[in-house]
Amino acid sequence: MEPYNEKVIENYANPKNVGKIEDANGVGEVGNPVCGDIMRIYLKIQDNKIIDVKFQTFGCGAAIASSSISTEMIKGKTLEEALQITNKDVVNELGGLPPVKLHCSVLAEEAIRKAIADYYLKQGVMSKQEVMEKCKIKPEEGCQKCGV
Amino acid sequence: MKNIYFDNSATTKLDEEVLKEMMPYLTEDYGNASSIYRLGRESRKAIEEAREKIAKAINCEPNEIYFTSGGSEADNTIIRGVAYQYKNKGNHIITSQIEHPAVLETCKQLEKEGFEVSYIGVDEKGRVKLEELQNAIKPETILITIMFTNNEIGTIQPIAEIGKIAKEHQIIFHTDSVQAVGTLDIDVEKMNIDSLSMSAHKFYGPKGIGALYVRKGVLFQKFMNGGHQERNRRAGTENTAAIVGMGKAIELAYEQAEDHRNKLSKLRDYYISQIQEKIPYIKINGDPENGLPGLSNISFRFIEGEGILLNLDLKGICASSGSACTSGSLDPSHVLLAIGLPHEIAHGSIRISIGKYNTKEEVDYLIEQLVEIVGRLRAMSPLYEEFVKKDIKIF
Repeated sequence: MEPYNEKVIENYANPKNVGKIEDANGVGEVGNPVCGDIMRIYLKIQDNKIIDVKFQTFGCGAAIASSSISTEMIKGKTLEEALQITNKDVVNELGGLPPVKLHCSVLAEEAIRKAIADYYLKQGVMSKQEVMEKCKIKPEEGCQKCGV
Repeated sequence: MKNIYFDNSATTKLDEEVLKEMMPYLTEDYGNASSIYRLGRESRKAIEEAREKIAKAINCEPNEIYFTSGGSEADNTIIRGVAYQYKNKGNHIITSQIEHPAVLETCKQLEKEGFEVSYIGVDEKGRVKLEELQNAIKPETILITIMFTNNEIGTIQPIAEIGKIAKEHQIIFHTDSVQAVGTLDIDVEKMNIDSLSMSAHKFYGPKGIGALYVRKGVLFQKFMNGGHQERNRRAGTENTAAIVGMGKAIELAYEQAEDHRNKLSKLRDYYISQIQEKIPYIKINGDPENGLPGLSNISFRFIEGEGILLNLDLKGICASSGSACTSGSLDPSHVLLAIGLPHEIAHGSIRISIGKYNTKEEVDYLIEQLVEIVGRLRAMSPLYEEFVKKDIKIF
């Protein structure tokens, strides 16, 4: 595997936004312990804006770095802006990831979308289908890495 | 930052005495060992002296030793060489599920070429199941290849027993001994070993040099074609300096093998007992009582091995992991899965391999850092949070 760059190292050495939000109104989780990655994102949303975000991650250095940087990227953003963020943006912000680690950035993107979907569903304004479409969540989305 | 090196199963630091012995052959004594003039003869003499030292260490004849580029080449040479040589006699090979890739991948390649391979399982401590091995033998079996000691968990295999079984059935027995040579006592006669591979850089010798022992009378097709070197079994001008270094390294290793083993076991046992005392929810893998003296493999639950390694690295500590993430593959170590560890626990495994240059102070520093790192990574792990909430008992 090619080595991690300085920015990735900085993000797994000193990850930002670690922990949980007790009164979160949107929570998203992706991955599973079998393939070695679980990412959980907690959002505190007010007036359509992400005012606080925290994460818990079980995974490798790239998973921790992707969690840290993506939570930084969505803090203070509107939900629409946060939904625009793709795994490529996460990779770019990190200054690149080794090819075998790209799936970690995908996990970060998906965890954010799932957390926002959770918020919309809890609001009860949109139907489940509308939420799935708005947050681009495919039904039965399994782990891209191990298929579980 | 100073390196605190706990990855002696990956490679070791070259011993200064070894380097000193090698230096003349890297500078003034550069002759080709096949040349007839004095400069060549000097190289030849040095190579043959090294061969004698290696033969003495494992109790074989010097002309049963072939120099190779390392352990992988030695394994490739004998497994393929025996398979091709004896293919008219049979096409069946027996190995284990926990071999090094140098053996496993060679066997897989032979399967593609029409050979049949049985991969024998291991018990929860990583010891090859002898009954399963015995039951796998059939008239077509031409080779048994089982490692001397496992590189990830350190379990020492019942080599003499396997040697006896192989001899009874007149099957050639090869053992990948890359992790064992230089630390454990090996006697190819007593243990009925027909072939054995070793690598100098695992015992404080240089990289890029290894050796293959093959018992007289065991034939194998050569792997490297070309000149007549190594009694026409391995072509290529001898790497005199490396060979001399390997000879010196093996001599040094067996001068104080018992003291060496005692020192490593003591530090390893101290490390394990301290971790057991200071970090909950861990699992000791392998069989430390019957394992490679300096090696320990511990699973830290709820966290992933690469995260631990990267954080150790930030503190100057070199270690390795059975995690998929360090190898670039997605599955955790085949060895940890073979001993029955669930994926999620195998992912959080760290191998610490202590060597002759390590001190108790370094081990204390490692323990201190691990306590801090494991605590920090668990604090950010959703698995740990769930576990603490539910307070479920596992292990």
